[in-house]
Amino acid sequence: MEKINKMTKGKVAGIIANLVFVEVDGPVQQNEICYIDLEGTKLMAEIIKIVGTQAYVQVFESTRGLRINNTVDFTGHMLEITLGPGILSKNYDGLQNDLDKMDGVFLKRGEHTNPLEDDKKWEFKPIAKPGDVLEAGGWLGEVKENWMPHKIMVPFKFEGKYTVKSVTDAGEYTIQDTIAVVTDENGKDINLTMIQKWPAKLAVKAYKEKPRPFKLLETGVRVIDTLNPIAEGGTGFIPGPFGTGKTVLQHALSKQAEADMIIVAACGERANEVVEIFAEFPELDDPRTGRKLMERTTIIANTSNMPVAAREASVYTAMTLAEYYRAMGLKILLLADSTSRWAQALREMSNRMEELPGQDAFPMDLPAIISNFYSRAGFTYLNNGESGSITFIGTVSPAGGNLKEPVTESTKKAARCFYALSQQRADSKRYPAIDPLESYSKYAEYPELEEYFRENIDPEWPEKIRLARNILIRSREVSEQINILGDDGVPVEYHDRFWKGEVVDFVILQQDAFDKTDCSTPLERQKYMLNKVLDIYHTKFSFESFEDVGSYFKRIINQMKQMNYSEYESDEFKNNEKELNSLIEERKIA
Amino acid sequence: METKAFQKIYTKITQITKATCSLKATGIGYEEMAFVHGRLAQVVKIIGDDVTLQIFEGTEGVPTNAEVIFLGRPPVLKVSDELSGRYFNAYGDPIDGGPVIEGEERQIGGPSVNPVRRKQPSEFIPTGIAGIDLNNALVTGQKIPFFADPDQPYNQVMAMVALRADADKIILGGMGLTNDDYLFYKNVFDNAGALDRIISFVNTTENPPVERLLVPDMALTAAEYFAVDKNQKVLVLLTDMTLYADALSIVSNRMDQIPSKDSMPGSLYSDLAKIYEKAVQFPDGGSITIIAVTTLSGGDITHAIPDNTGYITEGQLFLRKDTDIGKVVVDPFRSLSRLKQLVIGKKTRADHPQVMNAAIRLYADAANAKTKQENGFDLTDYDERTLNFAKDYSDKLLAIDVNIEVDQMLETGWNLFNKHFEPAEVGIKQEFVDEYWPKN
Repeated sequence: MEKINKMTKGKVAGIIANLVFVEVDGPVQQNEICYIDLEGTKLMAEIIKIVGTQAYVQVFESTRGLRINNTVDFTGHMLEITLGPGILSKNYDGLQNDLDKMDGVFLKRGEHTNPLEDDKKWEFKPIAKPGDVLEAGGWLGEVKENWMPHKIMVPFKFEGKYTVKSVTDAGEYTIQDTIAVVTDENGKDINLTMIQKWPAKLAVKAYKEKPRPFKLLETGVRVIDTLNPIAEGGTGFIPGPFGTGKTVLQHALSKQAEADMIIVAACGERANEVVEIFAEFPELDDPRTGRKLMERTTIIANTSNMPVAAREASVYTAMTLAEYYRAMGLKILLLADSTSRWAQALREMSNRMEELPGQDAFPMDLPAIISNFYSRAGFTYLNNGESGSITFIGTVSPAGGNLKEPVTESTKKAARCFYALSQQRADSKRYPAIDPLESYSKYAEYPELEEYFRENIDPEWPEKIRLARNILIRSREVSEQINILGDDGVPVEYHDRFWKGEVVDFVILQQDAFDKTDCSTPLERQKYMLNKVLDIYHTKFSFESFEDVGSYFKRIINQMKQMNYSEYESDEFKNNEKELNSLIEERKIA
Repeated sequence: METKAFQKIYTKITQITKATCSLKATGIGYEEMAFVHGRLAQVVKIIGDDVTLQIFEGTEGVPTNAEVIFLGRPPVLKVSDELSGRYFNAYGDPIDGGPVIEGEERQIGGPSVNPVRRKQPSEFIPTGIAGIDLNNALVTGQKIPFFADPDQPYNQVMAMVALRADADKIILGGMGLTNDDYLFYKNVFDNAGALDRIISFVNTTENPPVERLLVPDMALTAAEYFAVDKNQKVLVLLTDMTLYADALSIVSNRMDQIPSKDSMPGSLYSDLAKIYEKAVQFPDGGSITIIAVTTLSGGDITHAIPDNTGYITEGQLFLRKDTDIGKVVVDPFRSLSRLKQLVIGKKTRADHPQVMNAAIRLYADAANAKTKQENGFDLTDYDERTLNFAKDYSDKLLAIDVNIEVDQMLETGWNLFNKHFEPAEVGIKQEFVDEYWPKN
């Protein structure tokens, strides 16, 4: 795919918003990048359709002032991401321009900035030895990036096997210095630096195999970890109407999830939300390393007012960065907020090209595009026997809160975990507003994962989870009957059953994202609290009337919430538990 | 807008639709402005030497031999301090009989702010309305719409908010205002004695609907001038954004685009975001805050316009007529200010978040009691007390005619708690109860 048509040039022949028709004088390829000259400003664009000698290009910036016959230079390659040390902690736009390097308050058209630092010296340590035979993604050496070992690899684009001829000695080098020489199968020597490039829209395949996910990824969010667990290397999505807490949930995941690196793609969302990450993450501590959260985070910010075409590119940019770090044997969590905006960008372009529309005017191939993207996540075994993973969670903003719209439906087919945010729960301030019964995790049923739970959490864990779900289902059924028949129209046991479900809801499902203790619950503690809740479920209580039931369980819930708010196993926690136990004794039938 | 001597004049229009015309021309820039038969128009499509122009006033009576003069530039606004206190139409031309503005020409619809250069909003904007200040505090750099049915007094509320808010400049972008509403704003602004800090860009129902598309960009270009060049706190009022979106759908329809949900253009989200995201807190102290109006049809927020707006803006304010007290209130359940956490209890008294939550929770209990009452179930003593509380709360705090300081709102809240409840029923942290619960 390299440099087949380096010299192709073109001229602008038509303009409709950011869709431009270019008359070309030579060969071009689908998705090739070109630059349109507008009085010296270079506007970046991508070919999305070719008809005869006309290339249809989507321009990543405003086309205001563009004229017929403006010249266009083609680059011979697709949108490429620059990979090398220095990506961590960066704030990029959707096309991997470093936002911090740009001058001025406003974004300037045609301003492209270096995603990495050419002058910075990195402390390099060799890993490969002369004579080693490596494939693409093979580790040559490593540098320390923040606190993470950043592997320098044989470029992903290399095909076949390469023999290491030499690796430079340990020492300080820039990303442009040659750090290794490898010999290809034809005996040709190739000098390698710390940087390589990869086309964002293609999946990196430099790994040996991609097994079914078999481990839990801890997020500290109880309703996810306990009831709808996501696997390391798994995929999930969070649909929800506005105001149901999608962004708060994503921020919680990015702060707490047990991953080596977090990549956040802010795709077509509010700029002030990204500013919140910019402002908070450099201050917040990563509980796992004691360092600042920003040190393990990279942000791709393409907010809703930034050019639409670059919005589509931004999710691919984020995924490519994730794949690069996965090949180093790291655990990556990739979050995209929101994939609906990306789908809308596709719709705008499809509309301008006058393609026949599918449902709600989205392009016909939307489901294919979405599932293709989700399939790039996953747990992988690398060629050297190490493993790395990308866990991907996207949010979806369904139009009108209707989950039957095309983006939600297409994503439902692709993602394995479904975290439905419910308006009703949000309205009654039951946060996180994940509907426990509507939502599901297909991983919970994987035999590999059940095995993992039994070994690592509790031999009975899968049964306990099913029981917790059942309690919730029965509680909901009973509450509907109470609503119809009235409080005194049903037996007292019905109230008991309803309130036992409320205990699961208030103590396990609901969690205060703004409380410093309750915001994140380690697995050990989740297990402890679930057992406690199940104990109460199995306990028989005596009540005279239905009024007793509600007020008694409210006290139980309040006591258990105090436990959630206090530090695990602290005196405060134990005191609260003691009070809870005596409260249980009050009405317990021996 | 004057024409220049050397400009080439075209006189052969090849196609005319209700909103656009096409002709053969060369050397034309995309989004360039032109005069067609004396009417302002903008280039929306160029294919080879075929140029399509959108004529803002409509094409009624445009002949095929009309004069077409290209201006060689996109739409601009002349900015300077002279803008203060003046009224303009959608093109930025004065409509108050005053002189033409002298100043620097700025292209409207300019570039976005680099997200890393934004500051996190942190300055509270008091309005005196407790339904807003107490429950949904506004912050500089925020964007928030009123979701209101057409029969509600949103223009009055917005004018009130604007005049009470502590802002250096207030910029009104009126789209499809009825002449009566325009005169209402003019009257309120003229009498407020603050005319020098108010600027208005107005498109009334008497003007062509497509012209509206220029209004938000005009208002925001003026806002950026004062916020960036003068480091001022600017409040932008946009009313009614539903009519703006309707104009968008007219244009996209005339351009043969395939409509998406509710016959709105597929780009509605991006089009609205481009406007609302101009709200920003700049690092040098200037800020742009946007308060908009989105009229609903029968309270339906799933319609494409309020739905897309809700995903873009930082919350929404709902107006509702409370039949118990016969006043319009700011609905505490459906209203939300996403940025309030940045200021309440920090820029205001520490008990603010707790008082706010407790009052809303009790108000919710009252709503449940009401349902019970309507379904014929017996009410408990607690239910009765919540109902009484709700009436007082609505009247003394939620109603939009309330105009008091935040501390007074909190005092009122404590007094109402005391009047109707025991401290344990209110569920506020003990330290605040000790300090603020009225002693009598």
